[in-house]
Amino acid sequence: MLGEGIIKGLAETARNFFGSYVRKERLTTVQYPEQRLPQIEATRNFPFLVFDGTDPDAGLRCVSCQICEKECPPKCIFIEKSKDKKPDAVGKPQFYPTVFNIDVSVCMSCQICVEVCPFEAIKMDVQYDYPTEDRFSALLFDKHELSKSNEYYHQIHPTEAAAVDAALAAEREAAAAKAATAAAAAAAKAAAATAVTSTQSNGATPAAAKPATPGAAADTSEAQPAGGEKR
Amino acid sequence: MSTTFAPPAEPIVTDTPTLGKPAPQPASIATDPTRPEQYLEVSMGPQHPSTHGVFRMNVVLDGEQVIKLKPVFGYLHRNHEKIAESETYLGNMPYTDRLDYLCSITNNWAYAIAVEKLGGIEVPERAEYIRVITGELTRLQNHAGLLGFLLQDMGASGTPLMYAFREREKVLDLLESLTGARMMCNYLRFGGVRVDLPAGWLDQAKAFLAEFPRFLDEFERLLVGNEILMERTQNVGVLSRELAISSAISGPMARASGLNYDIRKVDGYSIYNRFSFRVPLGSHGDVYDRYMMRFLEMRESVKILEQAMRDIPAGPIQNPAVKARLFRPKPGEAYGRIESPKGELGFYLISDGSGVPYRYRVRPPSLINLTVLEDLCLGHNVADVVAILGSVDIVMGEVDR
Repeated sequence: MLGEGIIKGLAETARNFFGSYVRKERLTTVQYPEQRLPQIEATRNFPFLVFDGTDPDAGLRCVSCQICEKECPPKCIFIEKSKDKKPDAVGKPQFYPTVFNIDVSVCMSCQICVEVCPFEAIKMDVQYDYPTEDRFSALLFDKHELSKSNEYYHQIHPTEAAAVDAALAAEREAAAAKAATAAAAAAAKAAAATAVTSTQSNGATPAAAKPATPGAAADTSEAQPAGGEKR
Repeated sequence: MSTTFAPPAEPIVTDTPTLGKPAPQPASIATDPTRPEQYLEVSMGPQHPSTHGVFRMNVVLDGEQVIKLKPVFGYLHRNHEKIAESETYLGNMPYTDRLDYLCSITNNWAYAIAVEKLGGIEVPERAEYIRVITGELTRLQNHAGLLGFLLQDMGASGTPLMYAFREREKVLDLLESLTGARMMCNYLRFGGVRVDLPAGWLDQAKAFLAEFPRFLDEFERLLVGNEILMERTQNVGVLSRELAISSAISGPMARASGLNYDIRKVDGYSIYNRFSFRVPLGSHGDVYDRYMMRFLEMRESVKILEQAMRDIPAGPIQNPAVKARLFRPKPGEAYGRIESPKGELGFYLISDGSGVPYRYRVRPPSLINLTVLEDLCLGHNVADVVAILGSVDIVMGEVDR
């Protein structure tokens, strides 16, 4: 029958129209600025810098290695490296960025900077609305606008942040263990050296001190084989 | 390419409803040189809403009839290929998202295949399954979007487009919760994928897939048998099988003309030879067949997705031997191609051993499918040009690059 297809189609539209009063999944529109959809956890928009603790200057994880600057496909990151070093979270002296700018009007949210960062210092934010009347400086984010706390990172990407924290804690533990081993070994070496000097009172020559070292190394290597081998 | 052409076992030939009318012969294109004033040259686009972006057609009309059509493109040219020759291999991955910006994962995939051929990289099995799942989801959302746009172009304002976008949005949500972005996914890496499926993602995807055929049924009831649509699209813009072959047309457009050519079957790249699915073929090659082709392909994609989600193994998602950063393949060349939702998408790369490609060339399906536009439009009314262009399924990001 001519017109059957049209009637079938109209019946389908009617079913959707009346169904929208009954079934919630037929009503999919969200009235945007007033209503917002729940944030999806994996969402990414623009990068930000993570800092530990409360002070964004002292706790910034970035050590200004400039890998992200090199790898950024549209080259929207600009970093100036510091001349001096300051201790990072582990206590190791590191460089820090004196200038860290991201031009978010150029950024294409590809998150390659996050992938290549070896220090877990740069992560993706979920903030997507940056309305402004100034299209130049307002969209050029400097270090202070980019720095956000680790708590904020936990808030927006809980799963990912927990994994990152666990990895960093393991890294710190390993570093601390290594430092402790090194300190113990140094102490043992010093003790052995003093022991050698005290027994051989007629003068501690380097040749005389040498036979004592393997013994000291053997002592520490029992406790920490990795540290002992390295030495 | 020395691939043997192996026709798939059991293609579907569309059994589309027709009104049973004889095919109208396109009126003879008579141009009278003595009366040039009777012709009207119209510039359609680049801001015309039906041209899918910034595409322009110089149409010469005799009354309502098209007697000449010249496509003009390049308005969205952004130097993609030349930029790629100064970016690292990894840095090019997010740029490929922006080629065909509706289906970024298949773009990533074609590029990843080309680089993997260049570097001789193996891909773990789980990563291949994830690629197939995300790639077929991309095909679903592309085809759903296309159906909506095509009908919108032909004047079915709103309803079909909104229904299609309602479903497309569900796919985009799935992709966002996996890759972090709705459209610019940047998800594949050489030798694997970037992140593993998050907890519960597969269940969400299965739930979506169980609902999806209901949308297809609904959409079919809505407009497949519609007499107005059939009147408007049947025997319009007929592409013959011979012309499709000689102009290197690929994808659903070629299959609508009865050309049994699907790279998933012919090349069997990735792990497509493990899945049982059929290749739909059209018998008329008109706009209506190209429209139907998308429906049937979505049904086949659902089958592939069901099998892939059932069989996906556990395991690593990334080949640990591959460093994404500082990736330097040996000197050589490679061509990687896949069946993207729009046709054959290929990347041709030449490496000189450095960290950036020496030559980077894209074979875009949209551009090559667009080359026959004049042949399809000649003799038809100017209003049919819109329908024909819509059925070609172009994305200007890919045409202009």
